[in-house]
Amino acid sequence: MTGTESQDNGLPTAGAPAAGAPAVSFDAEALRAEFPILGEKPYGKPLVYLDNAATTQKPQVVIDALANYYLHDNSNVHRGAHCLAERATAAFEEARENVATLLNASREEIIWTRGTTEAINLVAQSYGGSTLKLGDDVVISSLEHHANIVPWQQVCARTGATLRVIPLKPEHNGELDLSTLDQLITARTRIVAIVHVSNALGIINPVQDIIARARAVGATVLVDGAQAVSHFPVDVQALDCDFYTFSAHKLFGPTGVGVLYGRRALLEAMPPFQTGGEMIEKVTFEASTWNQLPYKFEAGTPNIGGVIAFGAAVRWFAARDRAAMAAHEADLLAYATQKARAFPGLKIIGDAPNKVAVLSFLLEGGHPNDVGTLLDQQGVAVRTGHHCTMPLMDALGIPGTVRAAFAPYNTRNDVDRLFAALEKVRRFL
Amino acid sequence: MTSPTSSSTPDLDMANLGLGRDITADDVVDNLSFFDDWEERYGYIIDLGKQLPPFPDALKTEDRFIRGCQSQVWLELQHDAGNGCLHMAVDSDALIVRGLAAIVLAALNHKTPQQIADYDMADYFEKIDLLKHLSPTRGNGVRAMVSRIQNEARSRL
Repeated sequence: MTGTESQDNGLPTAGAPAAGAPAVSFDAEALRAEFPILGEKPYGKPLVYLDNAATTQKPQVVIDALANYYLHDNSNVHRGAHCLAERATAAFEEARENVATLLNASREEIIWTRGTTEAINLVAQSYGGSTLKLGDDVVISSLEHHANIVPWQQVCARTGATLRVIPLKPEHNGELDLSTLDQLITARTRIVAIVHVSNALGIINPVQDIIARARAVGATVLVDGAQAVSHFPVDVQALDCDFYTFSAHKLFGPTGVGVLYGRRALLEAMPPFQTGGEMIEKVTFEASTWNQLPYKFEAGTPNIGGVIAFGAAVRWFAARDRAAMAAHEADLLAYATQKARAFPGLKIIGDAPNKVAVLSFLLEGGHPNDVGTLLDQQGVAVRTGHHCTMPLMDALGIPGTVRAAFAPYNTRNDVDRLFAALEKVRRFL
Repeated sequence: MTSPTSSSTPDLDMANLGLGRDITADDVVDNLSFFDDWEERYGYIIDLGKQLPPFPDALKTEDRFIRGCQSQVWLELQHDAGNGCLHMAVDSDALIVRGLAAIVLAALNHKTPQQIADYDMADYFEKIDLLKHLSPTRGNGVRAMVSRIQNEARSRL
């Protein structure tokens, strides 16, 4: 049902120029005008928002969709015998179709969750909890966010399985050491859970190589795509993964909504994650049977407004010229990286060739927290700290980093503002 | 409350630290109200932190450690049997947090447990407009440091 002919991984191309056309010059100013929050002036200074890996801002159409739901359609989904419930249900399910199209999946394979974290917990507890046993291995990587570490740690502790970790390359540029794959992913491996793009460093993992190895030993694969979907097309069929997870709020949608893609055969076989309303077929005091997919994994009233607004975000996103947005992001990263290399005392952390538009760095003599606070005073919003990747920071031997993460609505002017602000920061250190 | 209160701490003359004696809370309030831009304010805060004496690595033990989400604080508390006061020494891996810790010491260092327990920290931080640095979400350890000092003081009342 994917309805896409394009080669670039299930990317709906409505509104995009003809394939093969040269990347048009990208009108970032026009895009900025769609994001009302970018007009904010913290401490009286124009906002430079570079915390997009934590959450992206929302275009007006998404804010309108959320308001519109509460103004006109608010009602519960799937069971109301009235007009409003039908409208809400239609919009809710349309959003699921939109996400299915985005990922090249079927609508029954798209489960709504609260976010990436809950999606991973669902798989760890339902799939991992029901299949893992003593002697099995679960393989993750050194680049994982805590959300793709702790749920596996917990289920391993409960089942007796062992957690194994793909290490970094010895040169510590943040890339994974794939030469270890054959030793780590073996006949004992049941699950490989790997981050598509490192949230702390922006490095794009060669997930296809890792998935190929997992396939060779018959392991099930989960890909944490929280930092990937906003930057490049993702096709779960082409990837050949079993589960793919991401959060709406990092893709211009609202918080509190996440996506779990799961291969249908696995979802059918898995026990429910949470139980209660909506997810049942028939309940007696003696026993219950489960609703069909995807509802079997959606207990309770979902975040209806959030899902509907996310549908608007996905449609908005799919209608952009995504190749032009990606080219613009690549330009911002190259421009920022060039400035970073020339900046005295600045060290890029994770200086690898294959990255999304994220610049993680340290300033000599400056704790990330100091740098972040002093940038904030100048209207520049970044993220500082360990980025919920403490084991990665330990492996790199650093307390954390300063992270500037770009979105298509950022401009070279934002990069200039960042480095002008860093000049001032340097005088304090 | 397991804060150590060792009777003598080598390499650290805690009883004579200027913060809380030569530099008081009133000095901090006066100075910070005098500045009108962020650069002067933060420059002053960072300079205050730099006035803290070096904190010996030997004292950076788990029981003196206060874990923040982003930065870390070490706090040594010493009870002066002579005058009943609490003497303090602090350190942090972040400059601004060191400065904020120094600002806390300007108010609480060399005071008796009763004076510390009675001290209105919220009012102090409001006066110097640094409350945002103390919100739990900042996770920089300063709030936890204040709590540890206050708990130590209360345990001695």
